[in-house]
Amino acid sequence: MGLKMQSHQSLAVRLNEQMGTKRGYTLIQSYRAWLPKFLIFWVFLMAILSMFIYNGMDADNKVRRKEVLSSMCDQRARMLQDQFSVSVNHVHALAILVSTFHYYKNPSAIDQETFAEYTARTAFERPLLSGVAYAQRVVDSERENFERQHGWTIKTMKREPSPLRDEYAPVIFSQETVSYIESLDMMSGEEDRENILRSRATGKAVLTSPFRLLGSHHLGVVLTFPVYKSKLPSSPTVEERIEATAGYLGGAFDVESLVENLLGQLAGNQAFLVNVYDITNSSDPLIMYGHQNQDGDMSLVHESKLDFGDPFRKHQMICSYHQKAPTSWTALTTAFLFFVIGLLVGYILYGAAIHIVKVEDDFHEMQELKGRAEAADVAKSQFLATVSHEIRTPMNGILGMLALLLDTDLSSTQRDYAQTAQACGKALIALINEVLDRAKIEAGKLELEAVPFDLRSILDDVLSLFSEKSRNKGIELAVFVSDKVPDIVMGDPGRFRQVITNLVGNSVKFTERGHIFVKVHLAESPKAMMNGKSESTLNGVPNEDVLTSGGCQFKTLSGCEAADDRNCWDTFKHLIDDKEFRYGSSSNRVATNEEYVTLMVCVEDTGIGIPLRAQDRVFMPFMQADSSTSRNYGGTGIGLSISKCLVELMGGQISFISRPHVGSTFSFTAVFGRCKKNAFDEMKKPKSEDLPSGFRGLKAIVVDGKPVRAAVTKYHLKRLGILVEVASNIKTVTLSTKNGSVTSGRNIMHPDIVLVEKDLWISIEDGGFCVRQLDWEQNGHMFKLPKMILLATNISNAEFDKAKAAGFADTVIMKPLRASMIAACLQQVLGIGKKRQQGRDMPNGSSFLQSLLCGKKILVVDDNMVNRRVAAGALKKFGADVDCAESGKVALKKLQLPHCFDACFMDIQMPEMDGFEATRRIRQMESQANQQMNGGPAVEESTCRKGEWHVPILAMTADVIHATYDECLKCGMDGYVSKPFEEENLYQAVAKFFKS
Amino acid sequence: MAAGVLQLQRQLTDYTASLFSEFNQLQQLQDESNPDFVVEVVYVFFEDSERLLNELAKTLDQQSIDFRKVDAHVHQLKGSSSSIGAQRVQRVCIPFRNNCEEQNIEGCLRCLQQVKQEYTLVKNKLETLFKLEQQLLAAQRSMSTI
Repeated sequence: MGLKMQSHQSLAVRLNEQMGTKRGYTLIQSYRAWLPKFLIFWVFLMAILSMFIYNGMDADNKVRRKEVLSSMCDQRARMLQDQFSVSVNHVHALAILVSTFHYYKNPSAIDQETFAEYTARTAFERPLLSGVAYAQRVVDSERENFERQHGWTIKTMKREPSPLRDEYAPVIFSQETVSYIESLDMMSGEEDRENILRSRATGKAVLTSPFRLLGSHHLGVVLTFPVYKSKLPSSPTVEERIEATAGYLGGAFDVESLVENLLGQLAGNQAFLVNVYDITNSSDPLIMYGHQNQDGDMSLVHESKLDFGDPFRKHQMICSYHQKAPTSWTALTTAFLFFVIGLLVGYILYGAAIHIVKVEDDFHEMQELKGRAEAADVAKSQFLATVSHEIRTPMNGILGMLALLLDTDLSSTQRDYAQTAQACGKALIALINEVLDRAKIEAGKLELEAVPFDLRSILDDVLSLFSEKSRNKGIELAVFVSDKVPDIVMGDPGRFRQVITNLVGNSVKFTERGHIFVKVHLAESPKAMMNGKSESTLNGVPNEDVLTSGGCQFKTLSGCEAADDRNCWDTFKHLIDDKEFRYGSSSNRVATNEEYVTLMVCVEDTGIGIPLRAQDRVFMPFMQADSSTSRNYGGTGIGLSISKCLVELMGGQISFISRPHVGSTFSFTAVFGRCKKNAFDEMKKPKSEDLPSGFRGLKAIVVDGKPVRAAVTKYHLKRLGILVEVASNIKTVTLSTKNGSVTSGRNIMHPDIVLVEKDLWISIEDGGFCVRQLDWEQNGHMFKLPKMILLATNISNAEFDKAKAAGFADTVIMKPLRASMIAACLQQVLGIGKKRQQGRDMPNGSSFLQSLLCGKKILVVDDNMVNRRVAAGALKKFGADVDCAESGKVALKKLQLPHCFDACFMDIQMPEMDGFEATRRIRQMESQANQQMNGGPAVEESTCRKGEWHVPILAMTADVIHATYDECLKCGMDGYVSKPFEEENLYQAVAKFFKS
Repeated sequence: MAAGVLQLQRQLTDYTASLFSEFNQLQQLQDESNPDFVVEVVYVFFEDSERLLNELAKTLDQQSIDFRKVDAHVHQLKGSSSSIGAQRVQRVCIPFRNNCEEQNIEGCLRCLQQVKQEYTLVKNKLETLFKLEQQLLAAQRSMSTI
């Protein structure tokens, strides 16, 4: 129960914690607000990544494109260059040809015709040259002579007679393709002149910058080679070169058409755009080929250097694609797909996170609701407990007043009213108590005790409680406890008793005839019972046998049919047999081995039973079989539900078998602790009612036709130590007594007592058989006459007289049987065991309290003066020597060691230092002192009892519900008493410490 | 004379019975060894309560009310009145404390009035009781002297 309390508390704590840590419960929870941002971020990330992918792929493409371009460009440039140099070389060769055959031969071997012929035939060697021509160097002084010799005048480029100059370079030989330049002075053209001057100075081929050629109007350049008259020295100076110059061989490169031609031979021509520039003047590149403004893809160009053999001139080729790079669809698709996949993944993650958040939210909400529901439930129970408690107080007043009222002189009507009121009040109190119990159980406040108690005496008590009622109704009420059940068990006697009382009470209420039978045995027995049962059904005999016997149809206690046939004799017998069979050996072994014992308690009645449709709600509170039940029998219907709770608290289960109009059998199991032998010896004294031992060794014969009933009687007698023999009828008894031990074959003795069942006797009586006729006297001279005792459930006066007359002079024992009652009767009959101690005080009287407290020095700590006085007064009344302290601090001072207080009563709620704190400090002080004492030399033995300081501290508190026992114990208190003091309460608290 | 004593005695028992039940409990604590116990305790109660009531009145009269102090006083009063058995006083103390917690000045003042009223009632009753007891004692004494 304590555990349960804790779980309630821890639940609350957990709930709080959960509230506290609700946010940040998981990673996702803690960033829930960020989730959409995360999603957006993710999308961006994906977009950027796919962009990267696209760029990467695109860059690859571009690089490839560029490589293609550059290789193409280089290839073209190289080709152009090669072709060019081939042409240049050939022109060089022509120059040498001219110098050899025109100048070294005399007369010249070359004339225009030869030259034209030769050049035309070798034109394939100079694919880039549209034509070659030779211009002779003519100084002004030689002009006339020259003109005469050739028959034409030197003309300028514009085909006009050349003006006077220092020098002329008229073309004398020309290829047919360029024959129109014959007689033109090359020096008159700006480019040509420059070329001529440069070439004769360097002795190498030189090129002009591009210009529109005469004739074709194509862009072109002119190549000029100097022709020297005489052989030059190995390293001629510029002057020497100029001097030696005889003429100039020139060729026009029609770059435009030629390059066109060249490119046309190469593959992939269309895709490229090729421009050739003269970049001698780097700031103003002159285009040689191609169009200045073309709509090609200018973003990607490749420049290739061209070396046409003229160091003075620089050329380059610039290539680019015609079209812009096509968009790369693969890259685009890949990137897009990646983006889409990323987007989907992001969305899935987002969705999952949102879902998790939602589920967790729901979970928290549920948990909160659950906590609230539980709290509400606890609150409800607490409310019930409080309210019931509050109702009980005034009800006690009402009942008390009614009792007082009944003591006064009242008229009969008034008395009737008052009695009715009192009965109603009592019923109400009972109901409230039950509700309180239930509420307590539900609130988890009910704690079961674990004290040793005598099960059998409790059962006897319960039986005696109902004996009056059962006797009035003529119901047979009996209890049987198996021998295997230990005498003393550890458990809560009050609660056990409550359950039994409830079940028996119900049975008594609903039973009009037959019997109520309480049976207790070990729960291990069912196995044996099963065996017994199968055997009995196998035999098939018992039913017939029973039926033929007429009077009693069933072998139950009273002969009435019971709902559960487990209690009938056939199985019951096995239980007893089993017990007897294993008596010496196995049961002892079991007893020593196991710490707990599970008991099976059955309460069988032959009442009205429970209607089938109501059977499943029997254990629900406030549910009776139907409304008519409560009309007929009264009661609230809460009892069984409480019993169920209690049984469950005792670690067992409750169940029932019921047949309408036949009866019900409620059975429950409960777990009890076994008691150590030595422990129960000392505990036995105050708790169990001692049975007198004076009957030990007596012999008795029980005469009873019904074996179950006989077993019950036997059980009670056995408890008194009486040896019992059962006989089924009186004849057997007389026979056995007459013939002694011979016929019975047993060691049966001469009986001291003979107990006869009333109904058996009646039947005998009817048969004209008189007990007196039992010829006891015949053998009587040898033996003492056995005492004849009649057992009866109810007996009328006439019957009683008759019985007396019939020989049962000794006594009649009224059922239900109880060991103590039988003992009393036997005492009366046999006149023994009178020495039974009388007037043993119940140890809760004020005299007892007085003896406990007398002379004890007690410190009362309370800040409230009045409370202090009252508490002191109460304690003083019991003879205690009381000292007071008005605060925790003062108490602390007074309890400085060594002190001579025997106990301390401590208020809990005090200003400055409350009771808990004060206690904690006192305990601290004590433990220090104890340590010192143990470590150092022993302090005077007189001041410290048992060598340990520990003053009992009891909390005084007005509200017992809130100031839980746990709290008190936690800070080192030993118990609590409620304010204002009540003797009972005070006794219970104090008795623990002052056991004299 | 004896009749007078009897009458007084009955009057006393009736009166005692009419008083709260806890007071009876208090009376039970009194016996021959400590004959003035009840009177003593009750007068301590009076003294203590009057002091507390004055304190309360003073505290509640101030500009800024120290509710914690008020609460402590009421707690004291509640404790002592419950000890004495003056349950009506005790009962008024509960809303008083609640008001105190809520810092409800008006409520506190109202409760103070109620407490005072109840206290006066109790005081009157108890004084009457003691007077009766004394009368009884005097009557008994005079009877015994006669």
